[in-house]
Amino acid sequence: MNKTIKGKAFVVGNDIDTDQIIPAEHLVYSLDDPEERRFYGRYSLSGVPEKQSGLPKGGIPFTEPDKFESEFKIIIAGKNFGCGSSREHAPFSIQVAGAEAVVATGYARIFYRNAVDGGFIIPYESHDDLLDHISTGDEVEIDGELNIIKNITTGKTFPLKKLGDVIDIVEAGGIFKYAAKHGMI
Amino acid sequence: MSMTLTEKILAKASGRTRVDAGETVWVNVDILMTHDVCGPPTIGIFKREFGDDARVWDKDKVVIIPDHYIFTNDKYANRNVDILRAFAAEQDLPHYYDVGTERYKGVCHVAMPEEGFTRPGDVLFGTDSHTCTAGAFGQFATGIGNTDAGFILGTGKLWVKVPETMKFIFEGEIPPYIMAKDLILQIIGDIGVDGGTYRAMEFAGDGVMRMDMEGRMTLANMVIEGGGKNGVIEPDEVTFDYVRKRTDYDFTPLYNDANPRYHSVRRYKSSELEPMVAKPHSPDNKATVTEVKGTRLTRAYIGSCTGGKLSDFEAAAKIIKGHQVGVETYVVPATTLVRDQLKTTYHDGETLWNIFVEAGAHMGEASCAACLGGPSDTFGRMQNEEICISTTNRNFPGRMGSKKAQVYLASPYTVAASAITGKITDPREYLPVETEDTDSQIRR
Repeated sequence: MNKTIKGKAFVVGNDIDTDQIIPAEHLVYSLDDPEERRFYGRYSLSGVPEKQSGLPKGGIPFTEPDKFESEFKIIIAGKNFGCGSSREHAPFSIQVAGAEAVVATGYARIFYRNAVDGGFIIPYESHDDLLDHISTGDEVEIDGELNIIKNITTGKTFPLKKLGDVIDIVEAGGIFKYAAKHGMI
Repeated sequence: MSMTLTEKILAKASGRTRVDAGETVWVNVDILMTHDVCGPPTIGIFKREFGDDARVWDKDKVVIIPDHYIFTNDKYANRNVDILRAFAAEQDLPHYYDVGTERYKGVCHVAMPEEGFTRPGDVLFGTDSHTCTAGAFGQFATGIGNTDAGFILGTGKLWVKVPETMKFIFEGEIPPYIMAKDLILQIIGDIGVDGGTYRAMEFAGDGVMRMDMEGRMTLANMVIEGGGKNGVIEPDEVTFDYVRKRTDYDFTPLYNDANPRYHSVRRYKSSELEPMVAKPHSPDNKATVTEVKGTRLTRAYIGSCTGGKLSDFEAAAKIIKGHQVGVETYVVPATTLVRDQLKTTYHDGETLWNIFVEAGAHMGEASCAACLGGPSDTFGRMQNEEICISTTNRNFPGRMGSKKAQVYLASPYTVAASAITGKITDPREYLPVETEDTDSQIRR
């Protein structure tokens, strides 16, 4: 994985469930229609309680209420990110909002699978809880080859876990491209 | 080396003699289930990847059950059902349960067993995290996203990482005031919402094996709330009897080998179990009812895949009969069959339906309804600062519709007793005392 992802960080806590990532009332929009799909970007992470949205300060929306895209490129989270419902709309909404990666200490398995198989975002895992080291708005950079994340604002660097089993699917860009590459479909 | 039940199902489905926990295998899928929220995007992906004229891999193995956003005026939600209808017609799918027809069912995870799709030894994937409910039948069953489902629609296959198994054993008879929901809330409270991540969770012991299929379904339903991949219970005569009455499909039950390798084994003494709740805003935020009793409520809700089955209403009716509810109480049968059974099942000379109506409860149509909030006109949905006690399975912030609401999860017994008093109440205060000469005496 030689991909570099650079941009502003958006920080949330532990156990961010998919109802917080995209509340169920918004699951009605088409994922294909260019006009409708934008709403997934608008409402991405809109279910996170206000005080926990954009840590450490809180009160920061991932996507501004009147916008369809987020100014944040990388989401930083604690454990069990994406728990709950299997709705693929969750990683999809993060992608539509314009973010490219999540760095969490751990994921719920369906979210992780959806992120990888759909090729929406790259779900990196960090060894350390980065909540104490990265603040919302900090400029950060992920180096996918060295498996590190650097907080450019503070100059500190943190290791990421290797993507492991799923790296071939991530590199191919999702399960369909992977399967086509291997002559399965 | 011996294998767990989950490993054996995945070995069979991948055409192997054995698999080990941790390895990735491609399995042949026996059933793919989808619904109105995830079906349309799944169909979109299927067509994008396999072409507009593509046919599904096996139309007898595709089950489509609209259930989430049915009784709403939301135009987008209604359009999603139209997309399912058109796809079922185009593909000539025999297992489509259309809204507004005699075939309409309601909540997929309860309709699946009713229709005979939960089969011991098989592999079921569904585009809903509570697909794990079917593990109660000794099936490998788990939730997936739209992309994986679109892939299955075209190929009939999917990759899966073989999970380790955590075993939970309940020794001894379950006390009469304890329900399956209390067991699973206890477990999730003990292991945490990510305690089962990437793992199978198996339920065993005579406390579990004496349960009927609906109790077992409640256990398996909520493994996802512990992060589990699948829940599983070894099939027995209770399982076979249930399945054989509903399908003539020739299933092959599988069992644990002798002494397989488990991730962990946890034992509970059934007699020591207490009525439990999960406090806001997480299913692992456990407390005994004793610890929180007296907490003020403004609403009670009985419904969903985990708490809207016939036996859930039988339990609630047993407590509510002869009382008035003290807070707004919403009753939502999971399926149309459960709704019909409410009108033909009697407790103490009265139908369950009438017991709830006479107690002052609001009766809803079979569907997922307010369990996951949904469109703003959804029956029973939280709109503001409600404090609700519910038989559903999730109390995440905003889950039932309002971020300001607070939701306590509990058994149908506990929810019913609390609905009467308007505060969290121990069901033992309303359950008949079991004595030798009478079982109808009420303890207050």
